[in-house]
Amino acid sequence: MKKTTSLVAIAVALSLTAGCANRRTPDQLPPQPANDSAADDTGSQDGDVSGTPVPGSRGDFLRSVGQYGERILFDFDSYALDAEDRATLDGQAAWLARYPTVRVTIEGHADERGTREYNLALGDRRANAARVYLESRGVSSGRMQVISWGKERPAVAESNEAAWAQNRRAVTVVPE
Amino acid sequence: MRMNQVRIATIIAAVLGLTLPGVALAQGQPAEVQPPPPTQPGNDDQLVVDVTGGQRAALPIAVPYMPTPAEAETPAGGTGTLGRQVAEIVAADLRNSGLFTPIGPSGLPNVSYPQVSAPDYGAFSATGAQNLIQGFVQANPDGRLTVGCYVYDVAGQSQLARQGFVVSPRDWRRAAHRCADSIFSRLTGEGGYFDTRIVYVSETGPARRRIKRLAIMDYDGANHRFLTNGQWTVLTPRFAPNQQTITYMTYENERPRVMLYTLDSGQSRPLIQTPNMTFAPRYSPDSRYIIFSMAVNGNTDVYRVAVAGGTPQRLTNSPGIDTGGSYSPDGSRIVFESDRGGSQQLYVMDADGSNQRRISFGGGGYGTPVWSPRGDLIAFTKTGGFRIGVMAPDGSSERILTGGSFAEGPTWAPNGRAVMFTRGASQGQLWYVDVASGATRRVPTPLGGSDPAWSPLRD
Repeated sequence: MKKTTSLVAIAVALSLTAGCANRRTPDQLPPQPANDSAADDTGSQDGDVSGTPVPGSRGDFLRSVGQYGERILFDFDSYALDAEDRATLDGQAAWLARYPTVRVTIEGHADERGTREYNLALGDRRANAARVYLESRGVSSGRMQVISWGKERPAVAESNEAAWAQNRRAVTVVPE
Repeated sequence: MRMNQVRIATIIAAVLGLTLPGVALAQGQPAEVQPPPPTQPGNDDQLVVDVTGGQRAALPIAVPYMPTPAEAETPAGGTGTLGRQVAEIVAADLRNSGLFTPIGPSGLPNVSYPQVSAPDYGAFSATGAQNLIQGFVQANPDGRLTVGCYVYDVAGQSQLARQGFVVSPRDWRRAAHRCADSIFSRLTGEGGYFDTRIVYVSETGPARRRIKRLAIMDYDGANHRFLTNGQWTVLTPRFAPNQQTITYMTYENERPRVMLYTLDSGQSRPLIQTPNMTFAPRYSPDSRYIIFSMAVNGNTDVYRVAVAGGTPQRLTNSPGIDTGGSYSPDGSRIVFESDRGGSQQLYVMDADGSNQRRISFGGGGYGTPVWSPRGDLIAFTKTGGFRIGVMAPDGSSERILTGGSFAEGPTWAPNGRAVMFTRGASQGQLWYVDVASGATRRVPTPLGGSDPAWSPLRD
């Protein structure tokens, strides 16, 4: 159910961006945004987790690491890994060891309680903290790319402690 | 697209005769303390006045409609209509500054063309105005417009200044802003900021999939247009002091990095070639260099590179996050933020990276420092509570300018009197605050807005 909604949201978003992709300076306002509740997490992490996923695919990764196994969470203004984070990354490393040709992107994110530029640097720290740990677990650095989104792509679009906790994260993204 | 080809010629003297040189203007204008007048309805009713304290007495100033010597059609409309619109813009600019209380244009006596240079002072003294602004709009044989702009002392029944602006019809609003700038300068002794533009990030859509586009507009929201189409997230645009280029950060192709956008051509190129994330760019005062931040394996430092190209020079080397650099107006120093001491604080260094020293010591963190064009203040975001504040470059005299909701990312008006910033954590708006009075005002944008950058006064 959730996945269906997400796929619809992706389709809508793609059609929205496709409409203006060829125009550098359009005269009109951009289209009205899609409904927030239908918007998808930007972890770009939707894969087919039903049925039998293709080995080495995103769906395979998500099923292997389990719910929330693709991302680790951080304390406020911190990029330190705790035991839970390391266990999560161990699960990712085990899967990556089985598919040594798969390359991943690690996205670092921050909550909204930091200035925009500081949060870009903080997201970079978090993504690199995950990268360095995975490297220590045998994942070669050449397979990992990091990108910081700062506070630009929250997982939960609310302003409260629970949302902020979900937004301070590093997400390991396997290509489709 | 070639909007930067300036067609304005300022004609002082040639058209209107010499401005009275050396006539003391500040004299005879003691701003008597009066109760703040009610907000006037008018063409700026999109602006929400939110006086947060310390308001100074605003000077009542009459701005009647401006006549035309001969009605003529132009591409921007008839000269009679333009005269009315120019007066409205002048009044709105003066009101926006917070230092004036414009009276009119509507409701004031009609001014005939001969009266522009020979005012009927009696008709305006009844309004309580201390100063009177008159002017005219004339179509010239070459197709351009002349906007005449006169400043009078009502009680003293004397002319304080006159100036003419010759513009192409499509730049008619600029002539009005330049008229207002000249009035502001004559009556306050400081430079104006009305003939300026804002580059900012236009926002729409839900927070998790926000569409962010570069947009540019006049400081009052007019002449708005988009520079990017929203396919890729863009952040933190800044004007080059020479106004030929804009630097900003883009996520184009999911490669976050600093770009240079040329206003004339509409073309962008990366500032430097690197696989690392580059961000937080700002120009040097001479427009020849850009300082920016680069994250390398989780460590962010401030670098400098020539706009023309070359190898970046690393200016900081602490293991912490060093970002948000901004030059002093003479180019000799840079203020930046660093968490090297354990929390986000402001530091100043020489332009070559030497003599780094901390200047902020108050409670809570400090970020996004921006040096005032006058050099006397540094604006910042106080991260505990997200307020905009200012301090002296040595860290003394800290003052918080905004209250209430979330604010970040200050940018200075070219005269150093006002600061524009982003308000709102999830849905951004542009606001500005008068540094002296603390009066804040929303800047109208068609959609949400963030990361404003104020241009210098246009040429």
